[in-house]
Amino acid sequence: MSVVDVSQGSGAGAPGTHLIEVKDLSVSFRIGRNNIEAVRGVSFHIDKGETVALVGESGSGKSVTALSILQLLPYPKAFHPTGSIKFNGQELLGAPDKELQRIRGNKISMIFQEPMTSLNPLHTVEKQIAESLFLHRHVTKAQARARVLELLHLVGIKEPEKRLGSFPHTLSGGQRQRVMIAMALANEPDLLIADEPTTAVDVTIQAQILKLLEEIQKRMGMAILFITHELGIVRKLANRTYVMYQGKLVEEGDTATLFAKPKHEYTRTLLAAEPKPRRDKAPENTPIILQTTDLKVHFPRKGGLLGRTIDYVRAVDGVSMAVRAGHTLGVVGESGSGKTTLGLAILRLLRSEGSIQFGGRELQGLGFRELRPLRKEMQVVFQDPYGSLSPRLSVCQIIEEGLVVHDKSLSWEQRRAVVAEAMREVGLDPATMDRYPHEFSGGQRQRISIARALVLKPRLIVLDEPTSALDRTVQVQILDLLRGLRERHGLTYLFISHDLKVVRSIADHVIVMRDGVIVEQGTTEDVLERPKTAYAAALVKASFDLVADDSGAVRG
Amino acid sequence: MSVAERAAELAPAAPPPLEARDFFLGMRITPLTRRRLDLFKRNKLAFWSLWLFVAIFTLTLFAEFLCNDRPLLIRYDGQFYVPVFTAYSEKEFGGFFEGEAEYRDPFVREMIEEKGWIVWPPVRFDYRTINYDLRRPAPSPPSPTNWLGTDDQARDVLARVVYGIRISILFGFSVVIVSSIIGIVAGATQGYWGGRWDLYFQRFMEIWGSVPTLYVIIIIASVITPTFMVLLGIFLLWSWMGLVGLVRTEFIRARNFDYVRAARALGCSDWVVMLRHILPNAMVSSMTMLPFMLSGSVTLLSGLDFIGYGLPVGSPSLGELVLQARNNLHAPWLGFTAFLTLGSLLMLLVFIGEGVRDAFDPRKNVA
Repeated sequence: MSVVDVSQGSGAGAPGTHLIEVKDLSVSFRIGRNNIEAVRGVSFHIDKGETVALVGESGSGKSVTALSILQLLPYPKAFHPTGSIKFNGQELLGAPDKELQRIRGNKISMIFQEPMTSLNPLHTVEKQIAESLFLHRHVTKAQARARVLELLHLVGIKEPEKRLGSFPHTLSGGQRQRVMIAMALANEPDLLIADEPTTAVDVTIQAQILKLLEEIQKRMGMAILFITHELGIVRKLANRTYVMYQGKLVEEGDTATLFAKPKHEYTRTLLAAEPKPRRDKAPENTPIILQTTDLKVHFPRKGGLLGRTIDYVRAVDGVSMAVRAGHTLGVVGESGSGKTTLGLAILRLLRSEGSIQFGGRELQGLGFRELRPLRKEMQVVFQDPYGSLSPRLSVCQIIEEGLVVHDKSLSWEQRRAVVAEAMREVGLDPATMDRYPHEFSGGQRQRISIARALVLKPRLIVLDEPTSALDRTVQVQILDLLRGLRERHGLTYLFISHDLKVVRSIADHVIVMRDGVIVEQGTTEDVLERPKTAYAAALVKASFDLVADDSGAVRG
Repeated sequence: MSVAERAAELAPAAPPPLEARDFFLGMRITPLTRRRLDLFKRNKLAFWSLWLFVAIFTLTLFAEFLCNDRPLLIRYDGQFYVPVFTAYSEKEFGGFFEGEAEYRDPFVREMIEEKGWIVWPPVRFDYRTINYDLRRPAPSPPSPTNWLGTDDQARDVLARVVYGIRISILFGFSVVIVSSIIGIVAGATQGYWGGRWDLYFQRFMEIWGSVPTLYVIIIIASVITPTFMVLLGIFLLWSWMGLVGLVRTEFIRARNFDYVRAARALGCSDWVVMLRHILPNAMVSSMTMLPFMLSGSVTLLSGLDFIGYGLPVGSPSLGELVLQARNNLHAPWLGFTAFLTLGSLLMLLVFIGEGVRDAFDPRKNVA
């Protein structure tokens, strides 16, 4: 390692200096009278033009570390007990705001995780991108427009002239992410910090974004600090990798070496946390428990002066499928393909047309009262572990809800005993049943959701992306849990997911959906290993190899 | 760690039992309610404000036993008389008049005390009792007889304050309770069902809300005598709309939450979903409004009394006291009393409200 150049404010960066040099960085937050140490003594460096990954699960302090480089933390609630961050030899920690504003968005820029909230909904694409140009360079309007067009072209937005005046809500998730990257690249930064830029988008878009970042780096030669919990991405992109765990760096090194010979136990856990293909076999010749015929969900699109229906959004457009008892049907597709709508329609939580047969009974046309006893037999687990539990009910109240509705004869003590049993079954400590959901982690909340569904002893559970919001290590645990429960209770799952790795590890059959229709179906092995349609093939490639598809089967 | 291992590690499935069986005011409460109570108790300011408020309210509820121109109990000629409850004529105590005995009259008093004794309330004035033997012209300053002085009609200020507080609090509570019930039901159904019901109800509220309330009250007050119930009715016609917007927004936001969907998937009816899953979340914002609604209606009633369109002439009211204070600037005890009474009453309500709101907040921890 070379000697660090200590000449302050040299700016240009003397040869032999790291682009970013972080030494013994600590970050603490004042919460009430206590201090919470989020990051403890982290040191790392980034050189010109290289890609460095910062890996760890949520809560490991990786985002906080990245935000402190640009000093974007909520000061003075956050503070740095120790450490220094040098950019081209210039100290950033505690630098005056004027100085930092010159660097932010100019020398160092950042892209964020959530494409839905990181663009201002009231500004056009042109205005968002041009903003940092006006801030950091003295350009005329015409120059700015030319540069914006050039950037949009660079990030692969088709027909950029037409997109200049678009507002964010008219863009797809992938397009928004591209616009955000264009904003970050506007001033040709030396360092791009990418904070989980692909976590909130589909696998196909993820592959495209990764490809784009790689290309841009090749062309512009900037350094990238990539923050992620996804090891597949790290392996593909990064030159060097730092692994963070509970606010500390536990391992660092050359990516290839680190993956081949992980030294720290935590790194090994991370590497092992990949959903494995399923090995057990589903029971054969069981009766068909759920069958839909030509199921349609159309939302009317109103327009005109009198609010007449002018068109329909065909969210689900004629889906016919069947699941055998004890089997798991995986439903895959990009977001907007109608997977979740299908799940909600089957549960009769959305109005639909066409036949839904459950256990030999037709569900369509049943009134609220007739449907109620059947509700006990089909349950649902949602994606977002934060939104799916009522924040004002205790865990016990949440889980016992179904019992209160369906079995009025149970006493208070009996219900608590049943709840305790269900909690134990999903691997939660029953002693915590009187706590509120916010005291639990994401994985534990998902266990609570599963317990709520399980307590009624249902036959079918619709799992709507139950693992998408979780870290890989937790994902694997939840999948283990679901497999165990399926075996013990002979449950049937309808497993909705965009993550084919997860689907492969749990489903017997798969249907691939696109624009509300099934484009391919078959056994998991057939669909995932020998996809027949180009769309399914693109999904598979993006999921397993992180390779973007150029054939045009998926949209950007 | 696999599920089986985790499960084996835990003790046999037993709910945490004993401490959970908790009673409060004779009702079995969940540990959650206990936790909220604990949180409220920890907020010293709110906790003591509540006690003080309850004490004041209870005392004023029994105003007749505190400030009255009739004795509580009389022993006369071997018999007991309870003038607080029953009207006795002067003749029964050996007087001349048919009408009700005038106990404050020294002549009557002497007559009774000759053959027995009298138990008086702490303040020997009713809210309408006129003190005829003032040493100085009314309004007279505080004295051993009239602890807070008298107003310009020679009535005892303390007695009027006690009765005035009672009427203000009762009025405030009635307005808040009835209007929050109507408001929450209206807001909840509009937000949850949406559609046409919501559309038409909202338009109705826009029109209804643009009626100039104050003028309507003034007009009605000049046609019929505004008694307590009439004023309450008129207030309620508009005050229920205060909470509707708030509750409606919360319901619109919450009806698409996953936990609401999950509840519907469990087979809960619309009303259960609304009451159990959405309302508790909407309650926090409503709760923060309630003390302000309460103090708002107290203020509004006082305001109406102040401009002379409130309760009938002669009624004990804090607003009328403020009016007296304005008309008699040379009698500062009127102003001080009115200001301190109204001010501390409203302050107590706000402190309590803040405590309740914090107690409902799941993010606060009991240390």
